[in-house]
Amino acid sequence: MKEIVIISGKGGTGKTSITASFAYLGGKDIVIADCDVDAADMHLLMNPNYGLEEDFYSGELAKINNDRCTSCGACAEICRFGAISLKNGQYSIDQLNCEGCGYCARICPTEAITNETLKVGKSYISTTRVGCTMVHARLGIGADNSGKLVAKVKNQAKRIATETNKDYVIVDGSPGLGCPVVSSLSGANFVVLVTESSISGLHDLKRVYELVKKFKIKAGCIINKSDINPKISLEIAAFLSKENIFHVTNLPYDENFTKAMTNGQTIVEYDHNELRAQLTKSWEKVKELANQ
Amino acid sequence: MKIAIASGKGGTGKTTLSVNMAHYLAEEEKIILVDLDVEEPNSGLFIDAKLIHQEHKYKMHPVWIEDKCTLCGLCQQVCNFHAVIQLGPQIMVFPELCHGCYACSELCPTNALPMQKQKMGELKHFQRDNLIFIESRLDIGQEQAVPLIAQTQKYVDQHFEKEILKIYDSPPGTSCPVIEATKDADFIILVTEPTPFGFHDLKLAIATMEELEKDFGVVINRDGIGNNDVLNYCKAESIPVIARIPNDRYIAELYSQGEIIYGKHPVFEQQLESIKQFILKFRNGGLT
Repeated sequence: MKEIVIISGKGGTGKTSITASFAYLGGKDIVIADCDVDAADMHLLMNPNYGLEEDFYSGELAKINNDRCTSCGACAEICRFGAISLKNGQYSIDQLNCEGCGYCARICPTEAITNETLKVGKSYISTTRVGCTMVHARLGIGADNSGKLVAKVKNQAKRIATETNKDYVIVDGSPGLGCPVVSSLSGANFVVLVTESSISGLHDLKRVYELVKKFKIKAGCIINKSDINPKISLEIAAFLSKENIFHVTNLPYDENFTKAMTNGQTIVEYDHNELRAQLTKSWEKVKELANQ
Repeated sequence: MKIAIASGKGGTGKTTLSVNMAHYLAEEEKIILVDLDVEEPNSGLFIDAKLIHQEHKYKMHPVWIEDKCTLCGLCQQVCNFHAVIQLGPQIMVFPELCHGCYACSELCPTNALPMQKQKMGELKHFQRDNLIFIESRLDIGQEQAVPLIAQTQKYVDQHFEKEILKIYDSPPGTSCPVIEATKDADFIILVTEPTPFGFHDLKLAIATMEELEKDFGVVINRDGIGNNDVLNYCKAESIPVIARIPNDRYIAELYSQGEIIYGKHPVFEQQLESIKQFILKFRNGGLT
């Protein structure tokens, strides 16, 4: 079983649209993991049945019991996150600032502070309309620890793929290069970088590839909206060749991307011409590269 | 006054709007643009200004002093993030997991885990005439954006008066980095596109802002593609739609080269003027 991760650095480059097309083409041979748990959109195209549901607990939040609190202020003094303050003569925790480190609870002389485990989201194992299994999640609003939820989604997808003898796990990653992205990269066999033809696309590609390099994972790249700025597309291609990143394909700026999405379809279902042919060829290439 | 530009979905036009608004407003008054998307900061690509100051940003993590350690194991017990682990006769510290709470360091009975600073990124401060630009970028491999976002805002608060209009280009998503970037803002502009992905992620972003009890409005970018779901939703929920930027390949082309759009695109400029009027009204307490 091979694990293929699709990331972009920059948001909105077409990552999910391309991943969904690969999922459609892979059909019963694959398991999808939607690891963009912050703003997961894959379900909008895959129509999952929200099968097996599990709560996801992660992290803690401090809580002060005012009956026990003597207002000594020791907790506020040691809190490095500015999460404890005196309001109307009583100490209270600012939930948004609390990191859940538990330091305050440990030093409180009257044991007035307790830590509560937080339910931060839900994960689902679903069947999709295209035939593959999909593991996805919904992170609670403003929740921390999306990296851990990413790890959970991915590990479940890998377990299912192994148990059911699937050839590939396709991981739709999140934008940026922080903890959720690091989590989605760990253990991957191949990375598909989706960029766009703009100076921002190139800038973000370079940064996210620095991260991929640290993991020593082989990578390929799709340049989306490549005709928007042919000069930048050439610059991107030059970067790919310098870094030994396989240049999978150039896709055009095409409103069929949006039209397919508005129809709840993948591009390969909506478009029967060039886009479909290019994406089909790209998927075959990505599989070949992941198996090398 | 602080205006944050955010969105659930990435790539909806946060940076385009932030840099164009900053330039547009700076034609009349002093403006501070702050790029808080520290993982992938892009605003700087659109700004031509002089570097005034730069500084490294650090976070703190413990280092193990073997000679002082009695291997009592308390440090491992108190760390909620598994950043300090006792393995046989040694203590391993994983700085990338450390949240810098100081519990292990300060509770260690023999002071065997003093805190040390580790560079996590860099802040740069630029200026050209009325436009001041601050950006921070996270070092690659650093996983936590929140401490750098927090320190960047602190820098801005310490160096500039409260009254100056500040625009915060925020990271995408709805989790901790977005909360950190928006929680101190007076008003949040959510940029979306009228597509199923845009609409879905906008609803998440709205829920986040409601949780934070923030005033917010919506700017629809690439107006004309997709469908009317976003517009109908905003109407039904009485959410102000501050501007509608048309779907136009020419805008995408200008953006792709790092150009400021409004001087070259009258409709874009008109929409920017609507946003400006909205902000000025908000600043004068005119929204109800």
